[in-house]
Amino acid sequence: MFGKAKNRDAIKKGGFIKRLRARLNSGDSWLTYDLANLAPSGKIDEEVLDELESNLVMADVGIEATTAIIDNLRKSLARKELTDIDALRLGLRQHMVDILTPVEVPLTIPSSDKPFVILMVGVNGAGKTTTIGKLAKQFKKSGLSVMLAAGDTFRAAAVEQLQIWGERNDVPVVAQQAGADPAAVIFDAYEAAKSRDIDVLLADTAGRLQNQQGLMDELAKIKRVLARQDENAPQEIMLVLDAGLGQNALSQAEKFNDALGLNGIIVTKLDGSAKGGILVALAKKISVPVRFIGIGETADDMQTFDAEEYVDALMAGRQDSDTAP
Amino acid sequence: MFENLSGRLADATRNLTGKGRLSESNIKDTLRQVRLALLEADVALPVAKSFIEKIRERAVGEEVGKSLSPGQALIKIIHAELVSLLGQETKPLEFRAQPPIVIMLAGLQGAGKTTTAAKLARRLITKDKKSVMMVSVDVYRPAAILQLKTLAEDVGATFCDSDAAQKPVDIVAKALDEARRSHVDVLLLDTAGRLHVDEELMDEVAKVHQAAQPHETFFVIDSMAGQDAVNSARAFNEKLPLSGVVLTKTDGDAKGGVALSVVEVIGKPIRFIGVGEKTDALEVFHPDRMASRILGMGDVLSLVEEIEDKVSKEKAEKLAKKLQRGRGFDLSDLRDQFEQMLNMGGMAAMLEKLPIPGNVNPGMLKDAANEKQLRRQIAIINSMTPGERRFPKTINGSRKKRIASGSGLQIQDVNRLLKQHVQMEKMMKKMSKGGMKKMLRGMPGGGMPPGMPPPGR
Repeated sequence: MFGKAKNRDAIKKGGFIKRLRARLNSGDSWLTYDLANLAPSGKIDEEVLDELESNLVMADVGIEATTAIIDNLRKSLARKELTDIDALRLGLRQHMVDILTPVEVPLTIPSSDKPFVILMVGVNGAGKTTTIGKLAKQFKKSGLSVMLAAGDTFRAAAVEQLQIWGERNDVPVVAQQAGADPAAVIFDAYEAAKSRDIDVLLADTAGRLQNQQGLMDELAKIKRVLARQDENAPQEIMLVLDAGLGQNALSQAEKFNDALGLNGIIVTKLDGSAKGGILVALAKKISVPVRFIGIGETADDMQTFDAEEYVDALMAGRQDSDTAP
Repeated sequence: MFENLSGRLADATRNLTGKGRLSESNIKDTLRQVRLALLEADVALPVAKSFIEKIRERAVGEEVGKSLSPGQALIKIIHAELVSLLGQETKPLEFRAQPPIVIMLAGLQGAGKTTTAAKLARRLITKDKKSVMMVSVDVYRPAAILQLKTLAEDVGATFCDSDAAQKPVDIVAKALDEARRSHVDVLLLDTAGRLHVDEELMDEVAKVHQAAQPHETFFVIDSMAGQDAVNSARAFNEKLPLSGVVLTKTDGDAKGGVALSVVEVIGKPIRFIGVGEKTDALEVFHPDRMASRILGMGDVLSLVEEIEDKVSKEKAEKLAKKLQRGRGFDLSDLRDQFEQMLNMGGMAAMLEKLPIPGNVNPGMLKDAANEKQLRRQIAIINSMTPGERRFPKTINGSRKKRIASGSGLQIQDVNRLLKQHVQMEKMMKKMSKGGMKKMLRGMPGGGMPPGMPPPGR
């Protein structure tokens, strides 16, 4: 991931996958749980595919991606390739992996380009500030120096919220009073990070709905101001998405991407009972890399996205997750 | 919000044009489209399924009223069903109990509870002239208490301070005490966001509720929420006796199907909707308006009602009989048609109410179909003799000249009208019965049938 963390990651991964399985399936319906019961004879027919279609929709996979997956499975069925439930699972897994693999591009932070500016954007309540807290902790652990910029000058106490995260992780926070121009705050932070030779600058912004043009323009201005200092900055414009949201996540990704050109996406709150199918819908629609997924409260619950792992976790039933490695 | 759903419904019902009665087979495709539209709008699958089932039951066998197209009839059914699903008319906040009235807000992280608390406070203070105290038991999110404090100052509410080291239940006790002593009318209680699968925190919120004994407990939910919203709503409803729902961020472009899901699953009404970032952006929820917004097809529903009201049934039936007897569609019939159109406010007014397909320029259409044209055409027909109206073929050059000067128009105008009549006659022959009403059946959403010549060019 980011250099030094690699080994620790490898050791911890087992734990994360287990938690991912358990949490993606903490609700009362599973993507594939009923399939075996539906086809007791092991025969796969239209009815089983219909049921699977419903399950995909209920997991927020969305109509477009669901239709694509089911159409493919239907073709396999016509070719008599889906002989039993395992063949169906395998086919389903493959189709989802095929959709998700292209967006599995982890974030790399080169040591040459300092400070590496990550601009966090998203709608209100997506979890931007909390995610910054978690990322700061992770980056710091992996040996990078981190600074935070309190670019959310609109929401009451957003600056203080970020300052508390700064204290907790012992990283400096650049802030101005509420109501200040966010571009000015982030510009100041950039200057400070530059002069103090900071590796990563995490810039918070106020939440905004993607159809509010004026507020989207404000983000574009922040981007312009940064680019004037360093043509590569911000190196990463990261959209924070709440996994509990439905198909509107697609509109968010599209509109933020159109306005700013996104480099990455972080999906948060996957520990609800939402089945996380929104990632499949997203990957089908837009080719922005998914950098991290968040499945819980702690910083360790935020990890690099791995397509195969993710699909396996999506498909594992509750019983499977109990016995997962 | 909801835009795509309405677009899909328009497409779906267009396919029903020309069917006389709603049957299992002719609404099957349409209902499938409606189902997909609902799912794309994040209506939970079980809710979408049962909704479709209800529509099917009500629609099948329904004889389409003479003046409505099957598509229009189906939309009427869907609208009625939506309104009944979205629940009772808005219940106002109740202030008759012993003060302080306690209002508690609960929901997932990031739903917008704190912002909603500020909006509610402002509404209570400015609209209802109540004194309001606010308190936060969010001891988890950094600076959450400070956020509420800042907002309380902004909207002019008093604030009962708390800190992250306190227990939520203790904070509630202190706030109740303070609210009583300072004689405020309303105590607004903001809670921490929590996942419904987090048993520990769900128990905590139940205890907070127990301690506060609120008069109103609102479940705050993001209008962008996905399929899982039903599970979270159900879990909160089981843990807390909810009295209503606040739907937030409806100023976004979410299709808001969650409104249907949540109301259906927990059976509690939506009380308020958040419509913007500022503290005054809170509106009372109206089920009928929301239903119309979900259908969102211009103002088709009121048009449907107007057609039923204004199109004279008698004249239409007379014409139908005449055509059935094999008599031709003559110029006095054409005049009746024009008059019916005028009655409905002219084409321009009608066009405004229609969901015009994207590739048509409504301005252009309006130009071609204005009221003035209709009146001129009626004037031309009025300048004819009854014989001429019945037998248009007898109208020769000198008669045309007389008619033109009688109506104050040019011979070309008369020619145009006659040509138009010929085309209309052809079309009428194709239709077995109906008239203007029949033509209107092409509407939601098909616009005019292709054979309809624009009046005047």
